[in-house]
Amino acid sequence: MQTFKLVIILVVGFFAITANAALDIEITGGGAQQTPIAVVPFGNNKIVKYEMAKIISDDLYRSGLFRSLSTQGMANLPTNASDIKYAEWAALQAQAVVVGNVTPLPDGQFNASFQLVDVFKQQPLVDMDFQFKAKYVRLTAHKIADVIYEKLTGHPGAFASRIAYVKKLGARHYLYVADSDGYNPQALVNSNEPVISPSWSPDGSKMAYVSFEKKKPIVFVHTLKTGSRKIVANYKGNNSAPSWSPDGKKLAIVLTYGANSQIYTINATGGGLKRITRSRGIDTEPAFSPDGNWIYFTSDRGGRPQIYKTSANGGGDISRVTFEGAYNVSPRFSADGKMLAYIRNDGGRFRVAVQDLTNGQVQLLSTGSQDESPSFSPNGRVVLYATKKGSRGSLASVSIDGTVRQHLSEARGDVRESAWGPMLK
Amino acid sequence: MKNATKLHSKFLMVAAISMLVAACSSTPMKDTALSATTGETTGDSSDVKGAVIDGSATSTMNELNDPNNILSKRNIYFDYNSDAIRVEFRPNISAHAKYLKAHSDAKVMLQGNADERGTREYNLSLGQRRSVSVKKALNVLGVSDSQIETVSYGEENASTYCSFDSDSCYQLDRRVEIVYPNE
Repeated sequence: MQTFKLVIILVVGFFAITANAALDIEITGGGAQQTPIAVVPFGNNKIVKYEMAKIISDDLYRSGLFRSLSTQGMANLPTNASDIKYAEWAALQAQAVVVGNVTPLPDGQFNASFQLVDVFKQQPLVDMDFQFKAKYVRLTAHKIADVIYEKLTGHPGAFASRIAYVKKLGARHYLYVADSDGYNPQALVNSNEPVISPSWSPDGSKMAYVSFEKKKPIVFVHTLKTGSRKIVANYKGNNSAPSWSPDGKKLAIVLTYGANSQIYTINATGGGLKRITRSRGIDTEPAFSPDGNWIYFTSDRGGRPQIYKTSANGGGDISRVTFEGAYNVSPRFSADGKMLAYIRNDGGRFRVAVQDLTNGQVQLLSTGSQDESPSFSPNGRVVLYATKKGSRGSLASVSIDGTVRQHLSEARGDVRESAWGPMLK
Repeated sequence: MKNATKLHSKFLMVAAISMLVAACSSTPMKDTALSATTGETTGDSSDVKGAVIDGSATSTMNELNDPNNILSKRNIYFDYNSDAIRVEFRPNISAHAKYLKAHSDAKVMLQGNADERGTREYNLSLGQRRSVSVKKALNVLGVSDSQIETVSYGEENASTYCSFDSDSCYQLDRRVEIVYPNE
């Protein structure tokens, strides 16, 4: 008789006031052109738990596009643009300065006002206020960093977002959700059996994943806020590779039913099973296109695995997407639908490739030999993936132009499978 | 000021805490046209509730587990990139087919495995190919699909210490395990 212990729901929100920077992120290559920027410590910052200027400065630094200038030793630390003595900042070679101030509000919330100032033009480029509850201080700092990033680079930022990753430590398997800067990893799942294929719902409120807790792969949908988990696919055989439709109503999944892997769709709440592919070989790793019209997938119908696409409703033509290399798997879309990240076996080395779907051009972006699990940042500028050094896994990221690289590691354990979530509102 | 306290997540407890109502409102007031939205659906990473899972199985001693009985030999190994059943494993498959036909209530789960090279989901499918191959061999010997479930663990049970030039290490990962879930 098989016995299962009760599933214990971990109420992680109880620990909301503490943060654990368990994922260490290091830049290993920076962009050629870095904007020198000084983020001055915000006035009155001690009324909130974290130093907002440091979070902002660290975000900008980690993007590889900014050189964060130290403000230590400056005689004047302005908290408003009107207090800036431009000569001092020009002497530091700063092109931009960020100043801000935190004030308490009568309803118990806080207000952070900040300005992004152009040192040469001697005028503010951005002048904004954010109101927030105390527990959202880090999120608010990330939102401010996103505003600054967008103003200075022309691209939306992705700092106010989260990443999910799976870690194996000893005999336990964890699925973590952490802030995009590695802070505050919270265990969504803590299991004695493997967990794979985490997939964020488009609104970020749910995670689909595959758990082996019943000694076979089964698809769960887990609501982050409440901790409730629902089995949405436990058909005979394997149930795996969940991928959300852009409207959040369906999941594409892979079932086997006693035969080889084939692609189906189901309602995100379970039920409504519909078969999408019909081949004798392996069809797996479905990914909905962001416009909802296509499902891209891995198939070995042609002999070796390549990426194909089919209509999201099944039926209709199936066409091949990858033509370079003999082995291309794991398709993942950028949010705008213009780029596809995947894994190519390049002469025995598994590497991250990015294909521009508008012109077919492909770049091999990662340098490892066991790279897997690629996902785009919500702004489409960075690809996060799992990598390995020796037998221990960690995460890495690379900008889509190949110039900025990061390594993300945990002190202990073997990190595998990552997924970058959508922007936090 | 920043005050990061270490979170000790080793001790997990059931806590009956009512749902955190997280209206994540960071409202910009001047300048750009960012609309104020409440973050009730997304919040931030402090609003995450997890689950601790400890699935376990117990088994009893019978002919399936008797070390002197071929039925206790549960692993069928495969060649690289292949799902063909090797000749040396035909006696094992015959023995399990005979057992299943003699015990019509018995159910067998064929768990396919692959070595770790390649992506997890593709390896899940490769492992599945192998379990399907064993199933077909059982079908040929008269076992009905109603007694068989084919699943795959992909690379999840694979060794992570094999080096690329050592196939004797990877070979052990390329297997189907014959599991009797109700034994």
